[in-house]
Amino acid sequence: MPVKVMIPTPLRQYAEKRESVDLEAKTVAEALSSLTSQFGDLKKHLYSDDGKLRSFVNVYVNDEDIRYLQREKTAVQQGDTISIVPSIAGGAE
Amino acid sequence: MLRVGEALIERIHEHGTRDYPNECCGALLGREEGKDRTVLGLVPLANQRNDSPRNRFSITSEDVRLAEKEAAAKGWELIGWYHSHPDSPARPSEFDREHAWPWYSYIIFQVEKGEPREMRSWRLDDDRAKYQEESIEFISSVPRY
Repeated sequence: MPVKVMIPTPLRQYAEKRESVDLEAKTVAEALSSLTSQFGDLKKHLYSDDGKLRSFVNVYVNDEDIRYLQREKTAVQQGDTISIVPSIAGGAE
Repeated sequence: MLRVGEALIERIHEHGTRDYPNECCGALLGREEGKDRTVLGLVPLANQRNDSPRNRFSITSEDVRLAEKEAAAKGWELIGWYHSHPDSPARPSEFDREHAWPWYSYIIFQVEKGEPREMRSWRLDDDRAKYQEESIEFISSVPRY
């Protein structure tokens, strides 16, 4: 059951410059795990050292933010599009 | 190298002065050609860090998507971000590094007592360990695409 994962511009350099990757998954967690298995260099940019999604990494299934669904346990089905969207933060000391 | 036109620099400075003593932030839209980038437009955005806006800024994923759409509509790319450091140097803090994405250009500029000062640009290394400074070329007018 292929789903499409959209790669944000800053991370495409770690995924053979691809805009999207089709893969088999039943949940968002499975999709991201499959993605980072395929493209290992993506892992440190998506996950912190404790294995959690970084706070500034946002994931949408179609146009729904997974924070308002079942987060990484959100089910996906054939034809769904998972988008990884950055949020941006920073500031002086 | 990051090329930025003087008119856009002026708009970034005005944003920093207007929002002082809070941090201002916005998106840089433009084109990448080889190792060089040219900023062709800006999307000034609201700093969403209402709890600590004097030394923190935050841009939501919704605003990131908005900036991406604006860039795509013009045939450009979202190439980076700008933010001010009120009364603080124009170099990335540890907090900046922890929250940065690779590839993007991060313009940081100091606003000292409400007056814009030094402006520098930075890019995060692939291993996330540190930034490299990206030289800024200030140009009198931007090319039309």
